[in-house]
Amino acid sequence: MSEPPPSALTDVIEEDTRAVLPVSGLAGLEAVEAGSEGRKRRGFGIGAWLAVGWLVLIVGLALLAPVLPLEDPKETIADITNKGPGADAGTAPGHILGGDQNGRDMLSRLIWGARSSLSVAAGAVLIGLIVGGFLGLVAGFYRGRLESLISGALDIMLAIPPLVFALALVAVLSPAETGGQESGGLDLSRLLVLMIALGIVSTPILGRITRASSLTWAEREFVLAARAQGAKASRLIWREVLPNVLPAMLSVALLGVAVVIVAEGGLAVLGVGVEPPTPSWGNIIAQARGDISTSPYIVFEPAILIFLTVLSLNYLGDVVRARTDIREGVL
Amino acid sequence: MSDRFPSAPLDGALLEVKDLKTHFRTPRGIVRAVDGVTLSLERGRTLGVVGESGCGKTVLSRSIMGLLPKRDVVREGSVLFEGREIGNLTPKQMRTFWGAQMAMIFQDPMTSLNPVMRIGKQITESLNYHLDISKGYADELAESLLDSVRIPEPKQRLREYPHQLSGGMRQRVCIAVALACGPKLLFADEPTTALDVTVQAQVLDLLQGQQRERFMAMILVTHDLGVVAGRADEIAVMYAGQIVEKAPTSVLFSDTKMPYTEALLNSIPKLADQSHTKLNVIPGRPPDLVSPPKGCRFAPRCTYVQDRCREEEPPLIPAETPGHEYRCWFPVGTPQGREALERNQQAARVAGDGHGETAAATTSPGTT
Repeated sequence: MSEPPPSALTDVIEEDTRAVLPVSGLAGLEAVEAGSEGRKRRGFGIGAWLAVGWLVLIVGLALLAPVLPLEDPKETIADITNKGPGADAGTAPGHILGGDQNGRDMLSRLIWGARSSLSVAAGAVLIGLIVGGFLGLVAGFYRGRLESLISGALDIMLAIPPLVFALALVAVLSPAETGGQESGGLDLSRLLVLMIALGIVSTPILGRITRASSLTWAEREFVLAARAQGAKASRLIWREVLPNVLPAMLSVALLGVAVVIVAEGGLAVLGVGVEPPTPSWGNIIAQARGDISTSPYIVFEPAILIFLTVLSLNYLGDVVRARTDIREGVL
Repeated sequence: MSDRFPSAPLDGALLEVKDLKTHFRTPRGIVRAVDGVTLSLERGRTLGVVGESGCGKTVLSRSIMGLLPKRDVVREGSVLFEGREIGNLTPKQMRTFWGAQMAMIFQDPMTSLNPVMRIGKQITESLNYHLDISKGYADELAESLLDSVRIPEPKQRLREYPHQLSGGMRQRVCIAVALACGPKLLFADEPTTALDVTVQAQVLDLLQGQQRERFMAMILVTHDLGVVAGRADEIAVMYAGQIVEKAPTSVLFSDTKMPYTEALLNSIPKLADQSHTKLNVIPGRPPDLVSPPKGCRFAPRCTYVQDRCREEEPPLIPAETPGHEYRCWFPVGTPQGREALERNQQAARVAGDGHGETAAATTSPGTT
């Protein structure tokens, strides 16, 4: 889709007429604009840009954590123990978000925490998307016994309470001995275990959505038309069905990222999340939950980050879906 | 393009279908959608298949092509394509035929193009699959194909999505897709039913032109006798899964034998009629294909119906003109037929009145 070049020009003209024309004329003009090219701009309003900005900021900070001039998230600085942001005395410059109950710099912990929280969430959803998506597509396309088998398996997985399921999976998947806590980096094996466990938990949800969507798309005439042109089953699934199912999958997956961030927090409360002292948004909240009356900011700061990130993801998910929908609906 | 498939010699029919039966197993019983169809088609010729909705036209074309669902389908009989039996090939073996040797155009162009794939990609996909050619050459071919189906500015169109085109344009794209690999046999399954009347003639002319140019055989499935009248070399009229009359086009119109064909012809509104003239409809509906009536399947709706029709199923018998076959005990335009019609008119015993219906019901208790 090529942007018509004179759009900038019409903008200028419209700016001018806005000043000159009486109000009634303006309304007419705006109606015309909404009809012609207004649609293209509708999706990416200020809200979407804020969401993108927030996600870029968070992901950027998380990626750059090792090179940023941050305190060590595991090092205790006695002065700032339980000193919140703006606590009048004692908040040393450079600790703008204060320190936690162990005197560790909150800013540093939140940024390092983003690293583990976001990677677990992204990894888990990716696993769910690939495994669940594959199962859903195959079930929806081939139908029959294969579909009953896959749907049955997914239903059984859905029937287990998700947190209990994740808990059990982490327990099963965890390596017998966990060491190397002292090294400065992330505890990779635990992160991997969490990704896989939460990935498996999110598989049935994504699988069912994909199956339901593939069922209807696989019945469409263009799939038969492609078959009549000699396309293989794999090609039909990959090229004809998947691209049509993808928007539904992705919008659920974006929601999934949000759910997994929260779920990791839940696992942290149960003591099987990212292992302290390595921070994650979830385990920061989990560890400080006893001090919520005395130092509420330790819980609130990561909670606000989770809130904003989840909100941005959901909002962006809707916007992206609306904008990439190139089917009849948008006309 | 066709030298890639050096197969059968050029003599003999392109397609020969013998006693093809396609039955679907459903919870209600076996649906005999196609029940013993025999036909043959020469290269470059057009066969029109005409009939009401639900009489097995679409299933027939899909059965010949082997494009049936996998489960709960029984297909019997033989399909010879260029002398080779393809009725028993697996879908995997059929893939070399689909698109390359035989192709299909579907009824609704709104749903037979992938909404999220560019037009160009949809055309080049089968080119790439069947003909081992470079991407650049495939794009060129796609452009010339779009040009040949008279789509203006083909180069720009290649980059567009289906929703950016009108219905008629989309059907042209579908035709381009189907023609891409130069098939020898084209199935057009009601290709103009979903289109505007003004566009219908254009699309049909286009199909006919392409067919001549490529010396391609075509099976044109439609419920509209007007569509096939000027375009098909031969017409097969289907009713309840069977061919009830088959004849060269001019013969079918001039020497109609089967009352069903006559009824179809009468139901076409005429321009000379006054406005608000009542259409000559065929009373009743096609029979339930789970339990078709005993005897002639058209008997419950036929104005010529006699007792014999409800007892004995008429075979497909040849008429005087070669190539003309029909299924009827009291054919139209013969003394027997005239006599039967008169007898019915006198006794007011035509289909649709109480007597006719009960008689039909008692002879086939399964029908409801």
